[in-house]
Amino acid sequence: MVSGKKMSINQEVIEISVKDLNLWYDENHALIDIEIEIPKNRITALIGPSGCGKTTFIRCLDRMNDLIPGTVTKGEILVNGGDITRRDVDVVSLRKKIGMVFQKPNPFPSSIFENIAYGPRIHGENNKERLTEIVEESLKRAALWDEVKDRLNLSALSLSGGQQQRLCIARTLAVEPDIILFDEPCSALDPISTSKIEDLMVELRKRYTIVIVTHNMQQAARVSDYTAFFLNGELIEFDETRKLFKTPREKSTEDYITGRFG
Amino acid sequence: MTRKQYHNQLRKLKEDTITMGNIAKDNVLGATISLKDHDPELAKKVIEAGSDIDELYAQIEDTCFALLALQQPMARDLRMIGAILKINIDVERIGDIAFEIAKITIATLEENHIKPLVDIPRMAEICSEMLASSMEAFENSDDRLARKIAKRDNEVDALFDQVRRELITYMIEDPKTIKNASHLTFVARYLERCGDHITNICESIVYMATGERTDLN
Repeated sequence: MVSGKKMSINQEVIEISVKDLNLWYDENHALIDIEIEIPKNRITALIGPSGCGKTTFIRCLDRMNDLIPGTVTKGEILVNGGDITRRDVDVVSLRKKIGMVFQKPNPFPSSIFENIAYGPRIHGENNKERLTEIVEESLKRAALWDEVKDRLNLSALSLSGGQQQRLCIARTLAVEPDIILFDEPCSALDPISTSKIEDLMVELRKRYTIVIVTHNMQQAARVSDYTAFFLNGELIEFDETRKLFKTPREKSTEDYITGRFG
Repeated sequence: MTRKQYHNQLRKLKEDTITMGNIAKDNVLGATISLKDHDPELAKKVIEAGSDIDELYAQIEDTCFALLALQQPMARDLRMIGAILKINIDVERIGDIAFEIAKITIATLEENHIKPLVDIPRMAEICSEMLASSMEAFENSDDRLARKIAKRDNEVDALFDQVRRELITYMIEDPKTIKNASHLTFVARYLERCGDHITNICESIVYMATGERTDLN
């Protein structure tokens, strides 16, 4: 077992540094002594069987667990040197810097344009021209612009599932985050939409730090630079993806990725 | 065990690889004995068993590709399939070597060997022992055993040099020996290559067990 020790690799610039993180849902000790350093401009995948703590962990990174009563968090999560677990952190500006894309696409029931413009507007951007630029730029970065540029005023709900998911990514990009968290972003999508999102993530890592929770091990192997394996609330192994999937150090990692349990 | 079907296929693939290795091992030794004893029946058996090897070769390769395409194997399973794809080729080549030696047996039935064969059968014995042990190392993912086996290729190489020098001496002394001596030179060379293929197999086993690429030559 390597958990409890700091896990950092290579000479990467660290974007998120997690120190001795523990989390309880009432009596349930869901995250145990997590120590991990997530590198900047890289895709880090979190894998593990259901209930292993990977989603709980990613939700710690933008304080989403605050919404669940009975949750107690201890430890530090340093982003740009600041501890984001502190009570006095403004979660609204935190979530501007750390965006999240969810399992099922969840566009607002409004136009494509409004979906993207909403974020910048509530963060104070009211200049119509500037908003138009942001919408175009965000849709381009999310590889959706060419498909929707002639119908920005149509309802976002008229888009296909894969397009809706890219719209949600564009919506996240519109508020200029540093970090994007993806929680099972492709599990509700068909294979073609899935490969579009995967290609997009690889493109986005040039500008953003990406953390993705996935049940699809092949997806983790395909898109990520680093992979963290969680089991029963502990971080078992964290390594370069190609190493972890070819020659894992821990037997439980090996057993999980070769389908011997889970 | 959550992927029963998949793990059954992997197990079968491993068994087939070992079966094929053992057939090749018997064939190399059988072919060389058939040559030594001028035994056409044994040579024919080796030639027939060659088609079993070809069938297994195709079957193993197909299974590897199917598993790669359909099951997306990871970690030790992936390394094993990668190793098997390479081992499969080496074993098939060893099968070809046995086949060629058996053909020489048939071609030289009417010839008396220029001397009783001792070193050439010894080369075949060492190869057959190496191949048998390498199948054991493969079965148990035993990289230490694989490294040990590969060292024995030096014995095969030394015998090859000795046999070749001896045959050249015969040919210089008496040109009438050239026909038989050149057949025997070919056989010795085939067996020397056989040792190299087994060394390759050992390298694949080390990769399979550890993920490390190594040159055991």
